Amino acid sequence: MARSNEPAVWSLFAAGGALTALVLPIHVLLFVFLVPFGVLAGDPDALLAFLRHPLFRLYAFVLCCLGLVHAAHRLRFTLVDLGLHGLAVPIAWICYLGAVLGTVVALYAVIVL
Amino acid sequence: MAEETIVLRVQRYRPEQDSDPYFQDYEVPYRKDWVVLDALNWIKEYKDGTLSFRWSCRMGVCGSCGMMVNGRPRLTCNTFLREFYPNPITVEPLVNFDIERDLVICMDTFLEKLKKVKPWIIRREVKSPEEGPYNQTPAQLYRYKQFSMCINCMLCYAACPVVGMHPEFLGPAALALGVRYLLDSRDQGWNERMEEVGSHEGVWGCTFVGECSEVCPKHVDPAAAIQQGKVLATLDWFKRWLMPWGQK
Repeated sequence: MARSNEPAVWSLFAAGGALTALVLPIHVLLFVFLVPFGVLAGDPDALLAFLRHPLFRLYAFVLCCLGLVHAAHRLRFTLVDLGLHGLAVPIAWICYLGAVLGTVVALYAVIVL
Repeated sequence: MAEETIVLRVQRYRPEQDSDPYFQDYEVPYRKDWVVLDALNWIKEYKDGTLSFRWSCRMGVCGSCGMMVNGRPRLTCNTFLREFYPNPITVEPLVNFDIERDLVICMDTFLEKLKKVKPWIIRREVKSPEEGPYNQTPAQLYRYKQFSMCINCMLCYAACPVVGMHPEFLGPAALALGVRYLLDSRDQGWNERMEEVGSHEGVWGCTFVGECSEVCPKHVDPAAAIQQGKVLATLDWFKRWLMPWGQK
């Protein structure tokens, strides 16, 4: 048997999983609960300036992109393992196309917003 | 007082006379301290000498008596009747294997897979006995010790959905053993072993369902071994791309 080239894809999947698990809950806590509900009061203009900084835009894009790759890969194999073996090919297409679409939306968002 | 009993629904298949497997019910005495294997041995001794099943140590060490008990892969020597009493207990051969006879599965495919990961220490430089043993620190031993506790009972193969769908997948026990030797500081067979462990049929076949670790009676945690194997294979892959001259 020959060594697989799967590591190229898997490292993206693993990076997405690690990044999502580590930092996404922090963002949800900050921007879905603490900031909107006024628990963390601060200067809104300063926050907006921070969020619009090119480095934060790049970071947000990488986070979305890798998170989507992870989700697509995980969902694909979970569905197949749950018994949808016959639909393995369409499931793979739908999952990865979803991730690509999400990445395009994320790219649009970080450039325009 | 009438003796308490429990029903064992046992899958039977004798290839010379049966075209398909079928179930046969046996009423056996219920004892609190009996395990499923005790009940099977009672059937063999007193009810039906034609029933075939594998067993040896009766103490969870040899890994021979793995069967499906009420649909879950279990060692029948440490599965007590009292867990199910008074309900009947269904006993079937391990799934994902061909059946040889009754509860006996054919383990040829497993043994072939085991051989592929070369589960022995490979040395390029061999020491003579006078030079002494290959020493290891406790930390070096700790890296792989858990993965070396496998008793080859094959419960993890019956639990793994990937083994069921892709028979060529090397499977949890063989891969855990492969990773065990990759992590062993005394081993020098990294490249040849990685050819198998890092192949599509190796760690990359695993979708991390984790059932192998759930059913493992020795807490080997093959799923963890395989994920560590994926990290090792990924680092190895990048190293080969970035430093192609660095190959031994």
